[in-house]
Amino acid sequence: MIIQAHGLEKTYLSGGHPLTVLRDVDLEVAPESFVAVVGPSGSGKTTLLGLLAGLDRPTRGRVILDGVDIFASTEDERAEFRARRVGFVFQSFHLLPTLTALENVLVPLELRGEGREHRDRAVDLLARVGLSGRMEHYPSQLSGGEQQRVALARAFVHRPRILFADEPTGNLDGETEKGVVSILEELNRESRTTLVLVTHDLSLAERAHRIVALANGEIVSDRPGGGA
Amino acid sequence: MRFGFAVRLAARESRHGIRRVGVYMASITLGVAALVAIHSFRDDVARSVREQAEILLGADVRLASNRPLPDSVTRIVDSLSAAGVAVARVTTTGSMVLAPASGDVRLIQLQAVEPGYPFYGSVRTSPSGEWPIALTEGGVLVDPAVLTQLRVDLGDTLVVGRERLIIRGAVDDLPTTLGYQTAVGPRIYVSPATLASAGLLTTGSLARYQAFLRIPDPEARQALVTRYEDVFEQTRVRFSTADGQAQELSSSVEFMGEFLALVGLGALLLGGIGVASAIHVYVKERRPSVAVLRCLGARQATLFTAYLLQAAGMGLAGSAAGVVLGVLVQRVLPWALAGVLPVAVTPRISLVAVSAGLGIGVWVSVMFALVPLLEVRNVPPLQALRRDFEDATRRRDPARVGAYLGVLGTVVLLCVIEAPEVGLGLGFAGGLSVVVALLAGFGWSLTHVVRRFFPSGAPYPIRQGVSNLFRPRNQTVSLTVALGFGTFVVGTIIQIQGSLLDDLRVSFGEDRPNVLLFDIQEDQVDGVRALLPETSRGGATATPLVSSRIVAIHGRSIADLRADTASVDRPEGWASRREYRNTSRVELGPAEALVEGGWWDDPMETGGLPRVSLEEDVAESLRVGVGDRITWNVAGVEIESMVSSIRQVDWERLEPNFFAVFEPGVLDGAPQTVIMVARLEDAEERAVFQRSLVGAFPNVSALDFSRAQLAIDAVLSRVRQAIAFLGAFSAMAGMVVLMGSLSASASQRMREAALLKTLGARRGQILRILLVEYVALGTLATATGLVLAVIASAVMVPTLFQVAFHLHAGTLAAIWVSVAVLTAGVGLLGSRRVLTQPPLEVLRDR
Repeated sequence: MIIQAHGLEKTYLSGGHPLTVLRDVDLEVAPESFVAVVGPSGSGKTTLLGLLAGLDRPTRGRVILDGVDIFASTEDERAEFRARRVGFVFQSFHLLPTLTALENVLVPLELRGEGREHRDRAVDLLARVGLSGRMEHYPSQLSGGEQQRVALARAFVHRPRILFADEPTGNLDGETEKGVVSILEELNRESRTTLVLVTHDLSLAERAHRIVALANGEIVSDRPGGGA
Repeated sequence: MRFGFAVRLAARESRHGIRRVGVYMASITLGVAALVAIHSFRDDVARSVREQAEILLGADVRLASNRPLPDSVTRIVDSLSAAGVAVARVTTTGSMVLAPASGDVRLIQLQAVEPGYPFYGSVRTSPSGEWPIALTEGGVLVDPAVLTQLRVDLGDTLVVGRERLIIRGAVDDLPTTLGYQTAVGPRIYVSPATLASAGLLTTGSLARYQAFLRIPDPEARQALVTRYEDVFEQTRVRFSTADGQAQELSSSVEFMGEFLALVGLGALLLGGIGVASAIHVYVKERRPSVAVLRCLGARQATLFTAYLLQAAGMGLAGSAAGVVLGVLVQRVLPWALAGVLPVAVTPRISLVAVSAGLGIGVWVSVMFALVPLLEVRNVPPLQALRRDFEDATRRRDPARVGAYLGVLGTVVLLCVIEAPEVGLGLGFAGGLSVVVALLAGFGWSLTHVVRRFFPSGAPYPIRQGVSNLFRPRNQTVSLTVALGFGTFVVGTIIQIQGSLLDDLRVSFGEDRPNVLLFDIQEDQVDGVRALLPETSRGGATATPLVSSRIVAIHGRSIADLRADTASVDRPEGWASRREYRNTSRVELGPAEALVEGGWWDDPMETGGLPRVSLEEDVAESLRVGVGDRITWNVAGVEIESMVSSIRQVDWERLEPNFFAVFEPGVLDGAPQTVIMVARLEDAEERAVFQRSLVGAFPNVSALDFSRAQLAIDAVLSRVRQAIAFLGAFSAMAGMVVLMGSLSASASQRMREAALLKTLGARRGQILRILLVEYVALGTLATATGLVLAVIASAVMVPTLFQVAFHLHAGTLAAIWVSVAVLTAGVGLLGSRRVLTQPPLEVLRDR
C-alpha cells in the first residue's frame, strides 16, 4: 500500500470549544490507483487530504506514505518528502503570481536543485497541456482553465509517486473542466501516479477506481468507481 | 452616495481590522508628539525669557566697557543717580585665588558689586541673608563650585591679591547668572573697596566695568538712549536694555530651535509615510470585503467615504495619543536641558500647540491616506468571485493626481510652517520632493537593472528572491521610497546632530600648550619663566599685548567713514570701534597662514610706514586690503601703518592669535602686558606652579585649559544629551515606518511562502528567498537614502547652522547595517507564521 492511514482524528478549537472534524479514519490506497474522496461541505474531505499529504498534524493516528511514517519526521523532512514524491492540484490553482507559467512549473524541480537540467521536461509538459505559446505569461494574464493547466504541469513535473487534487475543477466551467480532467487522467496514467482526488462532483468521482464517501468526519462508504 | 451607511460601515469595519494596523499609526503619534513638544517648549522658552528679562539683566539698563567707564559716561551716570535713578556698579576681573587651608590655587572670576545689585530678583545665599551685607563688611561670597574646586569651607580664608578674605557664604542663586556660566567659570563676590585694596587692577588688566541702572519707565529708557547714544558710541560703552537682553538670549538658543524644527518636520513626514503604509495594508486586507460590498451594490463613493472616515478616525486617535506624549516630553525637555537654557523654563500646556498638533496630525493622516484609499474605488466586484482577478486597464485617474497634489501641498505647507522662514520652508519642500523623486527613480531603475543583469547562474533561492524585485506586484519602488526616505530623514538629522556636537567639542591637542598666563608685566616675564618647571621653559612663548584703537583708515577718521552710510567703504562698527590687543611677531604663528601679500622678509615699498598684517575677517570688515593705510592710537601716540599681508587664522586652536600683527620693533616702548603659553604635563606640576606663581606675582593670572575643558565638557554633554534625545524621535518614527511599509507586502509574501511549503520547500529555502529580497531592498534603499542624507546635510550644516560639516561615516555605516538587518528581521518576522504553522491554510484558500 502506498498510503496507509490509521485511526486519524483531527480536533480543532472553535470559539474555545473542541470541534472534531475527522474521527477514527482508516484508509489504505494501493499504488497507481485513482481514489476519489466525496462528501458534502464540512464532511472533512479537505482535512483528510491535508493530513494524508502531511500538511497538518492529526490529533491522533498515523499516516505512512510510500513507506515513510510522515508524522514521525520533522516539518522540513515532510517538506523534503513532498518535494520528491508528492504533487498537488488546488481548486484555486495557487500559482505564484510573481512567476511566469514556465517558472511556476519549474518550482518543484528548483526546490530540489534540479531546475536547470530538467527545464526541457517543464517545457514539454506545458506543450502537453496546450500552453506552449504562453510559457512566458504571468498568471494574471491567463484564464482560469489555463492557470489550472499550468498547475497540472507543475504537479507532474517532478514525477511524484502520489498526487493530491483538491476540487481541481471546482473553479472551472463545463468545457474547460472536461479538458482539465482528461489531461489529469492522461498524465496520471502515463506517469503511473497514485491519485487522491477530493471532489463533490459525483460525475468526476465516477471516473475513479474507488470512491470513498465521508460524512461528519467518518467514512460512510468505500466502493469501486466507474474507472475500476 | 449613502452617507449614513458609510458611517455605519466605517464604525463596524473599524471594530475588527483597525487593531492590526493601529500599531503602524504610532508613526503619526510620534510625529505629533514631536511637534507638540517642540512648539510648546519653544513657547515656554520664549515666555520664560520674556518674563525674566529684567531679572536676568538685574536692571533695566546696563552700561558696559572693557576699560573703566570714561568721565563723560560717569558724569551721565552720576547725574542720573542724583535725579533718583538707582545705580550699582559692578567690576569683573580674573584673579588667582589661593586657599591656604587646602593649598589649592585657581584662576577665578572676581566680581566687585555695589549694594543694590541686582535690582530685580533675589539672591539666595547659604547661610541666608548674607548678600550684600557680607560684602560691605569686607568678606567674600563664593559660587558653590569654588568651594569644591579650592577644597574649602565656609569660614575659611581666601588669599586674593594683597587681601585675605573670610568666606562668609555661598551664592546658591544669583538670577543674573546662567547655570552653565558658574559651572565653567565660578565666581567670588567682593565689595569695590575690597577689590581696590587687593590691588588686582593694573594697566591693561583684563576687566569688565559695568553700571546697572533702574529705569522701569520704558519712555524714560528710550529718552536716555536717544539723548546719549552718541556719547556711548564714541566712548565705546555698550548699552543694553532688558528687552534687548531677552532677544539676545533667545537667539543664543536659536540653533536649537532650527534643529528642533527639522526634527519635528522629519518626525511628522515620517508619520505621514507611516500612515500611508498603514492604510495601504488596511485597504489591501479589506479588498475581499470591498469586492463583496461592491457585488452587493455599494457605490464606489460610499465605500471610499467609509474608509476615509476610518482613516480620519485612526488619525485622530493617533494624534490624540501624540498630544499626550508630546505634553509629557515638553515636561522632560527643561529637565534634560537644565543648566543649558538661559532661564528657568516652566512648562505650561500651550493650547495653540496642542490644537495645532491635533489638527495637523489629522490633516496629515487624511492627506497621506488619500492615495492608498483611492484604491478602494478600484476594487473590481469580480474580485469577490476570483481573487486573482486584476483589472488590467489602468486609466488615467484625476482623483489620484489630485491626491498626490494634496500630499505635495501638505508637505510644502508643513515645511513652511515648521521652518524658521518661508523661503527656507520652500527650500526644504523642494529638497524633499527632489529626494523622493530620486528615490522613486532609483527604485524604478533598480527593477530594470536587476532584470537586465539577472544572476541566472545563482542558486534557486537567490534567483527567486532577486526576481521578486522586478516581478509583477513587486514592492521595489514603494519600499525604496519608504525605506530610503526614512533613512534619509534619520541620516540627515544624525549627520546634522553630529556636526553640531563636533562644533561644541573643544579640542586640546596632545602637544599644544595647556596653560595660559596673562596680565604679566614686561619686567615680570623672566621671573615667571623661571617659575616654570625646567622641561616646560623652552616651549613657553611670551607674546606682548599692546592695546590700540583704530583712528583713521587712509587718513579718513573712523567717525567720518562711519557717517557715510551709503559708501561701500564704510567699515563695520565692531571692527572699527573695538579695542585691539595687538602684538608684533617675527614668524607666523602655528595657527596662521598667509592668504595675500608677503611676510616681513618680502620686500615691499611702504614709503617708510611700518607694516601690519591683518586677519582676513577683520580686513574685510574694515574694507581694507594689502597696501591700504591704517592709523592706530597706541597709548595716546598715533602710528600710521601699511597693511602688508592678510592672514587666515584658525581660531579654534588655543594659541595666542591676533587680528593685527606688527612687524618687530614698531611696538617697542609702547606700554604692554605679556601673555605666555606653556605646556605642563601633569596636574601636580600645574598645581605646584600655580601656587608658586600666586605667591610671587599676584597680578598674573593662569588659566588651566585642561580644567576648563572638564567644566566645558560637563555642560556640553548635557547639550549633547538633549540633542540626542530629540534625534531619537525621528529614529523611532523611522522604525515604525519601516515596519509599516514591510507589512504592506507581508500578506502576499505569506501566501507565496505557504504555497512553496506545500510544494515541498524547506523552511531554510523559504527563509533564504525572503532574506535575499529583503536584504537586497534594505541595503540598496538605505544606501541611497544615506547618500542623499549626506548631500543634504553637507548643504544644510554650513548654510543653516553655520558650523563645519563633518562626515560621520561610522554612524552612517551603523545606520546602514542596522536598517538593512532590521528590514530583513522585520520582513522575516512578518513571515514567521508561515515557517511555524502547517501549510494547510493554502488548501483552505484563506
